[in-house]
Amino acid sequence: MQIKVKVNGVDYTHEVEPRLLLVHYLREVLHLTGTHVGCDTSICGACTVQVNSKPTKSCTMFAVQADGCEILTVEGLAPNGEMHVLQEGFKEMHGLQCGFCTPGILMTMTDFLKNNPDPSEEDIRHALKGHLCRCTGYQNIVKAVQYAAAKIANREEVPA
Amino acid sequence: MSTTNGMIGKSVKRVEDKRFITGKGRYTDDIVLPLQTYACFVRSPYAHAKIVGVDLEVAKAMPGVVAIYTGADVAAINGVPCGWQVNFKNGDTMKEPKHALLVEDKARYVGDAVAVVIAETREQAKDAAQMVLVDYEELPVTVDAAKAVKPGAPLVHDLAPNNICFDWELGNPKEEVDQALADAAHLTTLEFVNQRVVPNAIEPRSYNAAYDAVSEKYTLYTSTQNPHVIRLLMCAFVLGIPEHKVRVVGPDVGGGFGSKIFHYPEEALLTWATKNINRPIKWTAERTESFLTDAHGRDHVTKAEMGFDTTGKILGLRVKTYANLGAYLSTFGPCVPTYLHGTLLQGLYTTPKINVDVTGVFTNTTPVDAYRGAGRPEATYLLERLMDLAAHEMEMDPAELRLRNFIPPFDGVEQPGFQTQVALQYDSGNYEGVLTKGLEMLGYKEFRQKQQEAAQNGKLLGVGFSTYIEACGIAPSAVVGSLGARAGLFEVGQVRVQPTGKVSVFTGSHAHGQGHETTFAQVVASKLGIPMEDIDIVHGDTDSVAFGMGTYGSRSLAVGGSAIIRSLEKIIEKGKKIAAHRLEANADDMEFEHGQFTVKGTDKSVSFGDVALTAYVPHIYPKDLEPGLDFSSFYDPANFTYPFGCHIAVVEVEKDTGKVALQRFIAVDDVGNIINPMIVEGQIHGGVAQGVGQALFEGAEYDSNGQLTNATYMDYCMPRADDFPLFETATQVTPCPHNPLGVKGAGEAGTIGSTPAVVNAVIDALWSGGHQVKDIRMPLTSERVWRAMQTPVNT
Repeated sequence: MQIKVKVNGVDYTHEVEPRLLLVHYLREVLHLTGTHVGCDTSICGACTVQVNSKPTKSCTMFAVQADGCEILTVEGLAPNGEMHVLQEGFKEMHGLQCGFCTPGILMTMTDFLKNNPDPSEEDIRHALKGHLCRCTGYQNIVKAVQYAAAKIANREEVPA
Repeated sequence: MSTTNGMIGKSVKRVEDKRFITGKGRYTDDIVLPLQTYACFVRSPYAHAKIVGVDLEVAKAMPGVVAIYTGADVAAINGVPCGWQVNFKNGDTMKEPKHALLVEDKARYVGDAVAVVIAETREQAKDAAQMVLVDYEELPVTVDAAKAVKPGAPLVHDLAPNNICFDWELGNPKEEVDQALADAAHLTTLEFVNQRVVPNAIEPRSYNAAYDAVSEKYTLYTSTQNPHVIRLLMCAFVLGIPEHKVRVVGPDVGGGFGSKIFHYPEEALLTWATKNINRPIKWTAERTESFLTDAHGRDHVTKAEMGFDTTGKILGLRVKTYANLGAYLSTFGPCVPTYLHGTLLQGLYTTPKINVDVTGVFTNTTPVDAYRGAGRPEATYLLERLMDLAAHEMEMDPAELRLRNFIPPFDGVEQPGFQTQVALQYDSGNYEGVLTKGLEMLGYKEFRQKQQEAAQNGKLLGVGFSTYIEACGIAPSAVVGSLGARAGLFEVGQVRVQPTGKVSVFTGSHAHGQGHETTFAQVVASKLGIPMEDIDIVHGDTDSVAFGMGTYGSRSLAVGGSAIIRSLEKIIEKGKKIAAHRLEANADDMEFEHGQFTVKGTDKSVSFGDVALTAYVPHIYPKDLEPGLDFSSFYDPANFTYPFGCHIAVVEVEKDTGKVALQRFIAVDDVGNIINPMIVEGQIHGGVAQGVGQALFEGAEYDSNGQLTNATYMDYCMPRADDFPLFETATQVTPCPHNPLGVKGAGEAGTIGSTPAVVNAVIDALWSGGHQVKDIRMPLTSERVWRAMQTPVNT
């Protein structure tokens, strides 16, 4: 089947097998390997991308279902080389170790911050529930999100 | 050592982060080679079954199929080896069955690979794998280690009667310990299970093997923690290919936690098959496949008894453990319950008599091997559960009981190391220090008051302690060799100063989240007095790095970092000769600081960069000196390192439901000197989360048919962000006396210390409500805790 998608601002048209998963389309057809597969069952969240601005687990969506959609992947978060404030937060607050789960979390939490500019720690932890990270114990991911929220709001204080 | 530019002890942000947060990491599955093919394994759905026949006819005719192999095709090839030999008490060597690349006669656990299909695409390989028709004849199954040794239990391997791989003991003669316990005023006995857990690195195992017919050279990309070890084991023990014809690359690796140390059959199989088909072959595990085939951790059934005198002094410890090794011996499987577990049973205490007896057992389950902490969490769980339980039983304070039994402080320099009853000699320690600090952070007195008030109001609050020690920085090669290791355990560090003064460092350590590219660069920047930007840390490729033993056992900085220091010392020594010649001075009169070689007591100096250039453009140069500035060192440590700490958990248990809420978690860790506090703290966080995970959420559940019933993330409860409070962390510094950085290692501390603290806290909460419970089996689900509370209340 033919699909037309816009990924990170670029239009693509491809013939794909109907059973091709969106994550495999992104990784293997477009070579956007920043999106990862951790569990195949939409639990771990490593494959999260934004489809029409909504965080979506791309391992449980067919590429053909994305026909006509706009997709944002981690590679599109810093289009001009200038990092998104949440990416900066992850670096500043040591929010990642092996980095495998990080792109998916970035795609969920950039959207979360749009809708929750002043989140509590509890809000952040709740929003992270769709993601598994085995390295960090989540603490510094929470702080990375707090860092970004503070920056977005131009607040002085950043988490310790 | 020199800390001239202040890079040591500084929370430098990680240099590796940029590629990961922009999606530019390069993990094994991201690599696609020209003419790539894909593999899919056909795995046994039965835990124990005879393979009567394999029919490939339909599968072979499926679209895109390139090749299919079964056990018969690889029968002549060796199995994957075990890297550690443990002997029976009578001196016989352990039973060591072949761990074949594909099974030929019998499948011995669910997930055992029977065939592999190689096809043009992943989907075609999967389609065809489904059409491989295997005729299985089911056999009786054994899954529980303590039951598998009983007469009449189904046999996993004919060569291991009663499924016993080895029986082993360590410590004082058993009669002496029996006597000590017989003399004790109080005996605390605990029979418990340290349940099996699944490591669950979020990146599944992935391999991509390629062969170049012209150079006759193989390349294996593998999600491994130790590329050189994989090359060594695969070349020398399995495939018989000379090492110089094999390149093993461990690119970015998405977490290991031990499970990516081992040499797995799939690695050797793909490397063997790629030459046959003369095309690269990639395989990446799906999550359930990871659950079934990544080596698991823990799985001990233990009876432990500790005797005390009337003042609470420990008189002796007797331990009997059945350790489940799974269906085959994984690379370090036999070492974990013995030399990494029995040797740690001294803990932080002066216990004068210890005897540990371990039986290693085969079962129809996934092989068990090192998982973060590896043996040391099991030892700590055993000791720390005993200590808190003994305190309850003797109506003593658990902190006071520990203080009465701690080994007094020693620095390993002025005061000698502490010789344990179980082979090891601790390097340095201040055990009271970490407990005292932990109690302060907790506000212990106030907590006990609050707990009493809560109990009066019908609420169950509890505090649990764990004061742990671990043996890290594995190891002195001669020592581990005498204990059964079939390899040396040194590390290699090469420092290549480029003509411009920029520095490439090649390390045999491998980073998969630990941040070596930052920490190691801090060490080099500090020693050479140059900016971090001038340093590149290279790891994970056997063609770049001379040799290496890899990363596990919290060894990277203690052993790998020390190797780099040795090379830096050689660089500086040679640099002094070059600089002295330039300045017409004596090399002995030179000093090196802040990146400058200076004639002592003068202002005559040359910069590090000038010396580097001179080494490669040796026009004005000492006659007897070789050009170049490039040194490699092999560092074999003098001893293990012994990090230690105190972990404290505070929980509330809901009376009506048994639900446990972890309210506070305090970790005071002493990991020796610290290069990057931010990274150390991150390691502690992650470790604690895994240890709490084992206490409260995680556990591999096999049914009596040997089916792993929770082999997905839907069924296996992984800890999530809202399961934790903010961890409260602090460090104490007792430097390691025998390595140049004074570091001890921080990778496993969190996992080792945390599990018993949480369980102890839940049990303490129950005792506060009058439920005198000795043990609740982990994970402490609401149901198990609720059931434990249904025992009669003692008022």
